[in-house]
Amino acid sequence: MTFETRELAVRYGAEGPWALEGISMAVPAGEIYAVLGPNGSGKSTLMKALLGTVPATRGEALVGGRSVALWPRRELARSVGAVSQSESTAFPLSVRKLVEMGRYPHLGPLSPMGPGDQRAVDDALRRCRVEELADRAVDTLSGGEFQRVRIARALAQEPCALVLDEPTASLDIRHEMGILQLLRESAREGVTVVLVTHHLNLAARFAHRALLLDGGRMAAQGPVQEVFRPEVLEPVYQWPLSVGVDPVTGAPTVTPLDEEG
Amino acid sequence: MPAHHPFRGARALRSAGGFTLLLVLVGVSVLLSARFGAVSLDTAEVFAVLTGGGSETSRFIVWELRLPRAILGVLVGGGLALAGAVFQALLRNPLAEPYILGISGGAAAGAVLVLALGLASAMSWFLPAAAFAGALLAIALVFGVAISADRRLDVRVLLLSGVVVGAFFSACIALILALAQAEVVRSAVLWMMGSLAGATWRTVGVVAAYTIPSCLLLLTLARALNLMSIGEETASYLGTEVERVKRVAYGVASLVAAAGVAFAGVIGFVGLVIPHGVRLVMGSDHRTLLPLSFLAGGAFLTLADLLARVVLAPTEIPIGVITAFVGVPFFLLLLRRSLRA
Repeated sequence: MTFETRELAVRYGAEGPWALEGISMAVPAGEIYAVLGPNGSGKSTLMKALLGTVPATRGEALVGGRSVALWPRRELARSVGAVSQSESTAFPLSVRKLVEMGRYPHLGPLSPMGPGDQRAVDDALRRCRVEELADRAVDTLSGGEFQRVRIARALAQEPCALVLDEPTASLDIRHEMGILQLLRESAREGVTVVLVTHHLNLAARFAHRALLLDGGRMAAQGPVQEVFRPEVLEPVYQWPLSVGVDPVTGAPTVTPLDEEG
Repeated sequence: MPAHHPFRGARALRSAGGFTLLLVLVGVSVLLSARFGAVSLDTAEVFAVLTGGGSETSRFIVWELRLPRAILGVLVGGGLALAGAVFQALLRNPLAEPYILGISGGAAAGAVLVLALGLASAMSWFLPAAAFAGALLAIALVFGVAISADRRLDVRVLLLSGVVVGAFFSACIALILALAQAEVVRSAVLWMMGSLAGATWRTVGVVAAYTIPSCLLLLTLARALNLMSIGEETASYLGTEVERVKRVAYGVASLVAAAGVAFAGVIGFVGLVIPHGVRLVMGSDHRTLLPLSFLAGGAFLTLADLLARVVLAPTEIPIGVITAFVGVPFFLLLLRRSLRA
């Protein structure tokens, strides 16, 4: 599954400022693609435009070569799993019920879950290490647990692409690494991963390519080594940075320096 | 990980049990409604009537007065409870009920206008027709306000415009009542408190024609409503055509509420409390919540109507008084129970 945008521009309302402008990006199948940028640079808007929940004002977003606006939502949900930045349940719900929702796009409105659906749910719970939470009510979970449950729901969709907005924002190291290794494993199995994140070092380590956004425009796009250079990152983040190489993993590392007085 | 999850079978068994229990309860409440009333008939006589015998008077009382009334109660109570559950999911608001979007205000304004103009006695269908028209007007107004320039339906605006449109109709009612004669005010107030007294087989037929297909259609949205109650963005990522679901759910649930309010007046509480009661006992999955709410609401309203008829017979208590007197303590009990659990 590939994602692509062509001269994509988005504005909220007819007179609002442009949230995104002139975005032309391509995510090859089976790669991890990081979307980076400071707060308010348009990362989440780009995710929503890629997934069709925010309409393109100009240009277009393509999923698997077809304009996202032309995908029936059910069909799209069978191919692409997405985890938005946040969500809240209006009524009490068990973890298992929430993860079972990942099977809805595969089920008719009234058809019951089959053994294959149960297996997908059990697998997803196990892979996200939330099996022991299955019968807990969602509103009793910690932030990190809830996040893992939401990722499990996306995996239960058995998608060929995953789009995640800050999936590890409230996770501790163990669970953050667990999720990123899971994403890497999925990418090796051919799943395309679009990862919106603030976490530069994790993106540098796990992503194949990155897009750097600055005020709704593209500041850089390409293989991680090309994006992770101080002269590219510093003007966007407006902070002095040093980029080195991690001696253990060999991935670029970004260290914020003290601001020069 | 065991291949078979122990809770899963128990859950299905529990909803099947709840379904059977409530279905029996609906049947029992209809039979009790046929048995008891202002005129006392003994069980043997009622049984004779139901199997085609009995005296002419008994046949009339059971077949033309009590049974249509009981069945109207099932339809209206069931429809209100199911519509309430749909509105709560759609608006993501536990306080939502079928009338929250101005439907009762519009219906009452239509009904009160007909009463004040003295048209209610001219033709028996004037009053429900005017109430239904008022409800439809309210639905159209609220929808018109909440639909944005890019043709999306904003549920927060829907809620606000519903409350405001309802307030406008309340002002209309106040104006009409201020200018009306005392007996008009009395019959208007009684209408607004709700009653199943006007039930005939014809009204049962009309309400059934609106309620049954609408409720069946809403049942097919059960999974979509599960998703809507966790948020619109996530719902679309899980395969829901969110705008379509919002329109259909709002339009169809409103129609159910409008049909009920037109023929039974404003019966409060059923649409709010029954879905919560069912949710507290059976969980929030709309595939069980919607059908069980219909059955529980139907049984509840029919039994409430029975009480309204017999407690102070031959005087009838407004049914809204009973639904509140019985419903409030029951609901508080359930709430306490769920807090302790």
